[in-house]
Amino acid sequence: MNISNVATAPSREVSFARRVFDLGKNSLRELNQALHNLAPGSNETAWEVLNPKGSHSVAVGVDQPVSIDVRGSVGYYCAGMNDGGTITVHGSAGPGVGENMMSGQIVVKGDASQYAGATGRGGLLVIEGNASSRCGISMKGIDIVVRGNIGHMSAFMAQSGNLVVLGDAGDALGDSIYEAGLFVRGKVKSLGADCIKKEMRPEHIALLQDLLDRAGIKDAKPEEFSRYGSARTLYNFNIDNADAY
Amino acid sequence: MSYHNPPTTPRKSATFDDYAISEIRRAASTGIYDIRGGGSKRKVPHFDDLLFLGASISRYPLEGYRERCDTSVVLGSRHAKKPIELKIPITIAGMSFGSLSGPAKEALGRGATLAGTSTTTGDGGMTEEERGHSKTLVYQYLPSRYGMNPRDLRRADAIEVVVGQGAKPGGGGMLLGQKISDRVAEMRTLPKGIDQRSACRHPDWTGPDDLEIKILELREITDWEKPIYVKVGGARPYYDTALAVKAGADVVVLDGMQGGTAATQEVFIEHVGQPTLACIRPAVQALQDLGMHRKVQLIVSGGIRNGADVAKALALGVDAVSIGTAALVALGDNDPRWEADYNALGTTAGAYDDWHEGKDPAGITTQDPELMKRVDPIVAGRRLANYLKVMTLEAQTIARACGKNHLHNLEPEDLCSLSIEAAAMAGVPLAGTNWVPGQGGF
Repeated sequence: MNISNVATAPSREVSFARRVFDLGKNSLRELNQALHNLAPGSNETAWEVLNPKGSHSVAVGVDQPVSIDVRGSVGYYCAGMNDGGTITVHGSAGPGVGENMMSGQIVVKGDASQYAGATGRGGLLVIEGNASSRCGISMKGIDIVVRGNIGHMSAFMAQSGNLVVLGDAGDALGDSIYEAGLFVRGKVKSLGADCIKKEMRPEHIALLQDLLDRAGIKDAKPEEFSRYGSARTLYNFNIDNADAY
Repeated sequence: MSYHNPPTTPRKSATFDDYAISEIRRAASTGIYDIRGGGSKRKVPHFDDLLFLGASISRYPLEGYRERCDTSVVLGSRHAKKPIELKIPITIAGMSFGSLSGPAKEALGRGATLAGTSTTTGDGGMTEEERGHSKTLVYQYLPSRYGMNPRDLRRADAIEVVVGQGAKPGGGGMLLGQKISDRVAEMRTLPKGIDQRSACRHPDWTGPDDLEIKILELREITDWEKPIYVKVGGARPYYDTALAVKAGADVVVLDGMQGGTAATQEVFIEHVGQPTLACIRPAVQALQDLGMHRKVQLIVSGGIRNGADVAKALALGVDAVSIGTAALVALGDNDPRWEADYNALGTTAGAYDDWHEGKDPAGITTQDPELMKRVDPIVAGRRLANYLKVMTLEAQTIARACGKNHLHNLEPEDLCSLSIEAAAMAGVPLAGTNWVPGQGGF
């Protein structure tokens, strides 16, 4: 499917001068330390990171409600463990973007590599392009919205939260899934062990509409999606299910 | 005259012994492999196969109880702004809340702090009981990521990236549903009552190059303050140690085959990995080959029981040891005073290993509120502190006899071996000879 990279997610309103970090001049350590030095209630709520050039661990461990615009593509683990920040990557993201996010919002304008949102416990991750394999792997409460496609083994062992995919899903979606909700608008190449298609009830329509709204997506309707989740047959060991292990 | 032919004496198979036959019957009956805790129960070459030489004329001993023998150790001096300083080179290994009760975690914290050492969290995340009572707390970063969050990461004194465990290198864990209390379920973000599977691999990195970047992320989140340990199961210790160093570890934790576990398949515990004794010299060699011995510290665990084990491990080149099962016994697990309860569970004090069932009569590996009351955290903590101090005194006694004023000054030359196997594994001479079997390769 065709993927639009047009920015649609809402951006945070700020009223103070932006603090700019140019990673061509400043080190990653200086950037992250400055972010971690922010005290609760700080007026420095607007940040801009220039020339990330694929750097790893950009803006990891943010724990204040700041808004950060990263102008370019990043490497591994951008915005890892974000706790309350609103971080926008105006480019593509490497593996593990938003891993173990606690709260807040991350928007990737381009594509994301493997394990986007892995083990995330809260907040919203929006990927406006495609995501690679293992998207939402072992997710624990995070909501992930992918405008494009996702790769194989996505939502493997996903525990809770929601993964919304406007495009297609690869092989073994939701393998060994626990209680996360999966919503796919396009095709699913195959479902993993213990993952089944489920009925879309009114509460799921409402949940999905809210997620789409929060992701700033106006050109998709909840009714166009299929819901997938756990058959719960592997929740307690039974030798008769040995073929699934 | 007729002769009576006596019957042939019944003879059981050495291969199909009573235990093997009972396991076949149990598997046929239940349809599930045996899952248990503890660690390896088979006899493998161990520290008991080594002896210290002590001093006579060629070496000069130190006076016991008078001349100082230092026991302190600094961990994480390679990169971390705040390395850990411990009074003794014996730490408490990671054991999860969920597997262990809250009072047991508190007791570990109390005991370790009294003795001047650290405790380690586990698969269930960080509890207030343990953080509140552990002066020095190592936070495990596990494949399951149960309970992982940056707030606790920053409350920790060090971070241990768990890649493998000695009882099950390459394997995950299973906490059966009956042990999942409301609190455990909440901490793990999973429904109550289901079997909680712990992953065998980290979901968001796939090799040593990724691990290096993962460690960078953890350092950045914690502002390069915390030492980063990397824990591996004792399987390929030379290469795993070298790769952990390459990835940037401040400390390598190497857990041998006799390491404990909360719940893993019996076949895994007994048939995967190498004995702790066999793991040490290759790991030390890797550090020496990289010029990182004593710069990246090495902690070894798996079956450490007494001060002699501590001294022998240190003599072979490690910086500290870690104990898990022994610490639980010190707290009061498998205590004969609960013998009737153990009997009711079909076992006996000293052999109880069904940690995952949540019925531990000693109240240590359980979430049962009534059983948990059997652990007094203050008393149990005192017992652990006593045990740690005794181990340290024992190790000091041996070190002084070898003429060493610091436990770290013990060396392979202070040792000999009683068996060819142990001599080869430990890289020390067979007693009475200068022969080190197998020297020259791993």
